[in-house]
Parts: sequence; C-alpha cells; structure tokens
Amino acid sequence: MSRFALETRGLHKTFGGLTVAANINFGLEPGARRALIGPNGAGKTTFVNMLTGRLAPSSGRILLGGEDVTGLAQEARVKRGLGRTFQINTLFRDMSVLDNVALGVAERLGIAGRMWRAASAYREVRDEAMELLARLGLADDAGVRVLDLPYGKQRLVEILIALGLKPKVLLLDEPAAGVPSLESERILEVLDALPSDIAILIIEHDMDVVFRFAKRITVLVQGEVLCEGTPTEIAADRRVHEVYLGERPHG
Amino acid sequence: MDAFLASVVSIGFHGLAYGMILYAISVGLSVTMGLMGFVNLAHGVFAMAGGYLMITVMDRLGLPWLPALVVACVVVALGSMVLERVLYARLYKAGELEQVLFTIGLIFVAVAVARLAYGTLPLAAPLPEYMKGQTEVFGRSFPTYRVVVIAVSAVLTAILWFGVERTRWGAMVRAAVDNRAMAQSVGINTGVLFTLTFALGSGLAAFGGALGADLIAMTPTYPFEQLVYFLVVVSIGGLGTLRGPFLGALFIGIGDTACKYWVPEFGAFFIFVATMVLLLWRPQGLLGRAQ
Amino acid sequence: MTGTTAAAIGYAGAARLRWIELAPWVLAAAIYFFAPTYLPLGSYVLIMILFALSLDLILGYGGIVTLGHSAYFGFGAYVAGVFAIRLTGDPLLGLAVAAIAAGLLGLATGAVILRTHGLALLMLTLAITSILLEVANKWTTVTGGTDGLHSVPIQPILGMFRFDMFGKTAFLYCLIVVAACWWLVRTIVHSPFGVALAGTRENDVRMHAIGAPVYRRRLAAYTISTSLAGTAGALLTQTTQFAGLSVLGVELSGEILVMLVLGGVRRIYGAFVGPGVYIVAKDYLAKQTPEYWYLGIGILLILIVMFARGGILGLLDRAFAQLKRARA
Repeated sequence: MSRFALETRGLHKTFGGLTVAANINFGLEPGARRALIGPNGAGKTTFVNMLTGRLAPSSGRILLGGEDVTGLAQEARVKRGLGRTFQINTLFRDMSVLDNVALGVAERLGIAGRMWRAASAYREVRDEAMELLARLGLADDAGVRVLDLPYGKQRLVEILIALGLKPKVLLLDEPAAGVPSLESERILEVLDALPSDIAILIIEHDMDVVFRFAKRITVLVQGEVLCEGTPTEIAADRRVHEVYLGERPHG
Repeated sequence: MDAFLASVVSIGFHGLAYGMILYAISVGLSVTMGLMGFVNLAHGVFAMAGGYLMITVMDRLGLPWLPALVVACVVVALGSMVLERVLYARLYKAGELEQVLFTIGLIFVAVAVARLAYGTLPLAAPLPEYMKGQTEVFGRSFPTYRVVVIAVSAVLTAILWFGVERTRWGAMVRAAVDNRAMAQSVGINTGVLFTLTFALGSGLAAFGGALGADLIAMTPTYPFEQLVYFLVVVSIGGLGTLRGPFLGALFIGIGDTACKYWVPEFGAFFIFVATMVLLLWRPQGLLGRAQ
Repeated sequence: MTGTTAAAIGYAGAARLRWIELAPWVLAAAIYFFAPTYLPLGSYVLIMILFALSLDLILGYGGIVTLGHSAYFGFGAYVAGVFAIRLTGDPLLGLAVAAIAAGLLGLATGAVILRTHGLALLMLTLAITSILLEVANKWTTVTGGTDGLHSVPIQPILGMFRFDMFGKTAFLYCLIVVAACWWLVRTIVHSPFGVALAGTRENDVRMHAIGAPVYRRRLAAYTISTSLAGTAGALLTQTTQFAGLSVLGVELSGEILVMLVLGGVRRIYGAFVGPGVYIVAKDYLAKQTPEYWYLGIGILLILIVMFARGGILGLLDRAFAQLKRARA
C-alpha cells in the first residue's frame, strides 16, 4: 500500500543525445496541492506527458495508487483515476459545453461504447454533466458551442472535462494561461474549490497562482528536481533565485 | 542462364527508364507536399498536360522535338503558377478533406477537357525519326528512345539535386520544409517560394509526362489511372525530400516491370502489397521524417 | 442559442424522428405508384444512397478521409455475384454473405490501416482499392476479368417474390434494405458511440485523454461502414444481374465522394440528396456528351469547396437561417 497517489522512481528520458528527464524521483501524496515550477525548457510538460502515457520514458517507473502503470496506455491510466488538462485548450470545439463534459462522464460510466439507444436517453450522463456545469457556474452555457465561448470559459470547460472523469490524481497544465486577468480570478476560485481528496499537481509560471494555491512546490530544472518544499522554503531558497533570476538574492 | 541474364538486363533497363520518368513526375509532388503540406492529388494533370501539349505543338506548330518539349514544360509551369495563386493558395489552411475534394474536382475538369480536345483513345508518343530504332550500349541493343529518356532524366536529376543543394533558393525550400513558421520569421517570403516551387514541380511533371509518353500512355484518364503510382512513389520515399522519391521511383519502376514480365497474372499486385507493408512499418516513408 | 450543429446529436439532442425525415420514403412510394418507368433508375439511386450513407459514417462522422471505399462496395458486389453463380441464387442469403464478407475485409484492412493517419492512411486506402481492382482484373476464372460476371442467377425473394422485368420487385427490395440500413446508421449516429465517434473526429488527443479506446471505436465504425458498402454492392449485382470492374477503383471512390459532398457531409440526409440529385441530373444531362457532365461536376466540386462546404443541405440551412433573421 503506497503512501503516494502518484509516484515516479528514477524516471528518465533522453532524445538522441539530449536528456530531458534525469532520474526523477517524485511523490504526490493523496489530497496534495502541489505546484511544479521551473524555467522554460525545464522539462515540465515532458514530465506530465510521461505521467499520462503520451510519451514513453527511456527508463524508470510510474506508480498510480501504488500500481505500476509504466507500460500502460493513456486510456488505461485514465480508467485508474488519472486526469489532466492541457496548456492549450484541447476541446471538442464544434460540440456543446454539455457534450464536452458528457463525453468524459460517459467513458467513465462505461456507456460511451453503446450503439442502440439514443445518447439523450442516458439521463444519468446528462444529469451528472449538468451538475458539474452548475458547480462551476456554466449551467446557462450548456447548449453553447465551445468555440463560441470566451477563452476564459473555455479554460473552465477544460477543467470540467477532467473533473467529469472523477480522477484521484489531477494534472493541470498552466490552467490560467492565456486568460485575461478579469477572468482568471474565476479559475482560481475553481481551483480553490476542488475536492480535497483529489491529489493535484499544477504546472505554473505565474507565481501569484503558485503561492495562492500550492501547499508544496517542486522545482524542476533541466530535467532534474532541484528542490522541493513549502512555499516559504522555496521562496527563500538561494538556488531557486539563481535559476530564475540568475543572481543571488540581496540581503 | 544467358536468357535469364538477358531478361534481367532488359528488366533493369526498361525499369530504370520507367523509374526515371516516375521520378521526374513525382519529385515535384514530394517537394510541394512536404513544403505546403497540401495533398495535391491532381499532380498527374500537369504530367498529362505536358504530354498532350507537346504532341499538339509538334503536330500543329511543327516544332522539332526538343523545343516542343521545352515549350510544353514552360507553358505548364506558367499555367500552374496561375492555378496556384488563384485556387490552391486559398486552401493551404483548409482541412484534408477540402484539399482532396478540390484536387479531385481539378482532375475531373482536366479529364473532361482532355477528352473534348483529344478524344478518348491513347495518343502516340511524339518521337523524332532519329530516336526510333535501336542503339548499342555495352554490347546489347536497346530502343534508342529509352536510352535518351534515361540519359536526359539523369542529367535533369543531377541539375535538380545540385540546384537544391547549392543555391539559396534550394536552401530556403529546405528551411521552409523543415519549419515553415521559423522560415517565415527569418524573412523568407513563403508565398513566393511556394509559387515558384509549385511551378518547378509542375514543369518537371510536364517534362516527365511528355518524355514518358512512350512508357505511360497519353489518355484522358491519365490523372486518375496514374495517381496511385505517383502517390506510392512519394509515400515510399517520404515527403519533402529529393532523394526519397528517387528510391521510390526506382523501386516501383523496376519492381513493376519485373512483375509484369515474370508474373503477369498478378500484375501490380505485389507492388501494392509491398507498399502497404512498407507504410505500416514506416509510415513516414524511407527518407521522410517521423511525425 | 447558437448553431443547430450543437443540438443535432449529443447528450442533449432530440433523437426523435421528425416528420420531414420521412420525406425520402414518401417520395420513394410515390415513384413506385405514380412513375413506374423510373423504377430501375430509382433502384440505382437507392443503392448509391446506401453507399453514400456508409461513406458518411466513416468520413463525415468518423473523420477518416478515404478514397478506397469502392473496394468494399466492389468486394460485396463480386461476392454476391460469385455466390449466386457458384452456390445459390437466393438473394437474401447472398446479401447476408456479401455484407459479412465486406465487413470482414473491412475489419482486416481497417485493423491495419487505422494505425496510420494523414497521407499514409489516404495512400493505404488507395492501395486497397487498387489491389482489389487488379485482382478482379486478373483473376478471370472467378471474376470474369474485364468482361465481368454476366447473367448472375437470382431466385425469387423468400421463394415468393420474383424479380420482374419492370424492376418493381428490385425497387421494393432495395427500398426495404436501404431503409433498414438507414435506420441502423441513424441509431448509431445518435447513440453514445456516435457522439464518441464525433469526439474522435473533433479532437483525437482529447479523446485519448478521457480514457476512450479510440482505435477500437474507429475500427468498429469502419467495419460497420464497409459492411454497409458491401451490402450496397451486393444489391447492385442482384438487381442488375451483372458485376464488372466499374464497381472498383479510384474513379468510383471519387464519384461517391462527390455525391456525398454535393448533398452535404455529416447530415445523414446529404447521403440522400446528393446521389439523388447527381444521378438524376446525370441521367438527364449526360446522355449526349458525358465529357461536359464531368467538366461541370469538376467545376461544381471546386465551387463547393470554396464557397459551399456543406453542400446542398448546407446551402438550404443557410437560406433558412437568413429567412428566420429576416422575419425576426
């Protein structure tokens, strides 16, 4: 029985001669509020892609809820409780907000492969999707096509789809990225209100979001974990300052 | 044994001629598909136009062989530039289905025009008198015209490879194939580059169509019938390269000739199966880049 | 409230049959009773409608661009012909065998080609139909080569309904089969599977990320689609008692694509309107000089791509939307 909801042991990835992930040992506890930060090119998205199964590691292991999922495809990891959002909106743009969320719910309920009854006859899917929409204040937009929504609301749909999967571990890739500051407050509220039993890892550049949201921070530099700790510890860490600002802190 | 060797040499020779023609036609397709990311199924139209134009120019205007060939290529190249600017350019950002539909529409138009202008029967290849008959090469005799086909195509290929490797234009094409956005941001005018490259590719196709009228018959349904072969050459070789389609063309040219000679009951069957196997093993082709 | 696209299928959609959806069948009945000289043409239109429906399922709804669909149509046609000649002329049995055979071919080829995408996939679909054309061309003992299969024996349906020379039985036969297949396609498209299929078309990456078995779903859709195409081919052989090389090859794939796009992709009824308009117009206009027909079709296709991507039904949609706004 692992004490981690998500764990990597010696996760390593090379492309040709380039090492993009260097023996990463990482553990995410249940109910975590963790931020993954690091300068551009540190390998954060590569790391997440390996966690979800989009990219195969060169070596090392990934454990989800104590189970080794290193060899499993994306779909299998989702079924075992791993959800993610994308840095750039990856939505079903020509479909309604409701359908976007319903698709994930239907997959989870095992209904999505059924051919013989109309989709609208599966009220449980629609009701659950509507409930999720209502929780994030998007109930009125249920029938609207995603591409007709403002960017900030689309970003919310991105999170909603992941929530529809009822994940135990949620990976959020820059959830507030590209959102005008008027709308980003909404997203931050949503992040605050996420269920406390989900282990959440956020990739972020925006330090305000990081310090507001995270209870622990992991710093990734050039594919390696530089350090890990509480926000105050990280803020005071000299090495982190060097990496970000290229200079020592004053005083 | 001697008879077998003779047939091997014969297959090699004719296969090489066929392959060189396929290369001349398909290289433009490979480069423009790699450069513009555009699925141009209508490429065979330019080859067909080259062949028909050359025949017309020789018959109606009485031009001799070489000038007629040059005129046909230049006219097709210029015509293709107009098509590219007016029609193709609007669809560069469009989806695959739109591009497929558009190029099929072009084929329908071209096939209809060819039927109306030239009738439905295949036309004889325009051979000047001095190219008919046989020539001695390394102690064996071969049809003179096919020797010319191989020689002229080889020279053109060499010029093409040199031109793309050594000139600035070639460097720009290679850069834009590699990374279009980056090429634009360093100031390469991709619009002009596309048009010129398209024209070159179409001109080469016209060259291949005209020169190869002896090997691939000039009929109005040419673009439909030969489409599969051009796409096979490009797919096997890999998009956006010069050398890739060369390998593909030789493979198809010699392979198809060999099959038609030794196992005519199967025809092109093995070629297609081999293509399928290769694409499943390496979807990006022999020399293409993995996605 | 925005475009109708969002409400057409999906979890909030209304899958109930609307009155206007019965229009094609009413029209078919009208032809049977009031215009019996058009029955053979009507049968051909029905067959092409089924072929177009099968293509719409995989292309319009599944988002897989294929130029090889004629392979399955032709395979079904030849299987039905060979079955009738060599085993028994029972049409229903022959139809079932052809449908299953085409589905199996679709399953086998689909399993292999659906691992690729883009140009490689398109190329493989072309290769498949070219291979089958080559086989049909060369395997003369079975397929009759360039001559094709003549005088395919067809027994009365269920031992009772003889194929008469006016084409009445053939028409009703096609009508019932096509209606059944239409209902099947309509059900699938409105089902959770259909919505998920639309999802794989809209955003493949996202579908993987919500745990959908994308490859399996696509393969299932492809197999159903090829089985339907084979059914259409079998109907053609059985009603014309002939199967020739024209049921295979790139040109037929291109033509059915044109018919579908003309009517409108991804609308189910585009597969009705397209072939209907195309075949009737062609029959009327192309008698003298077929070249002008293909010239016109080519130009029309280019115009559709540039200005009217939704085909005829798309234009009608736009027209109705304009009318609504004018009245409001």
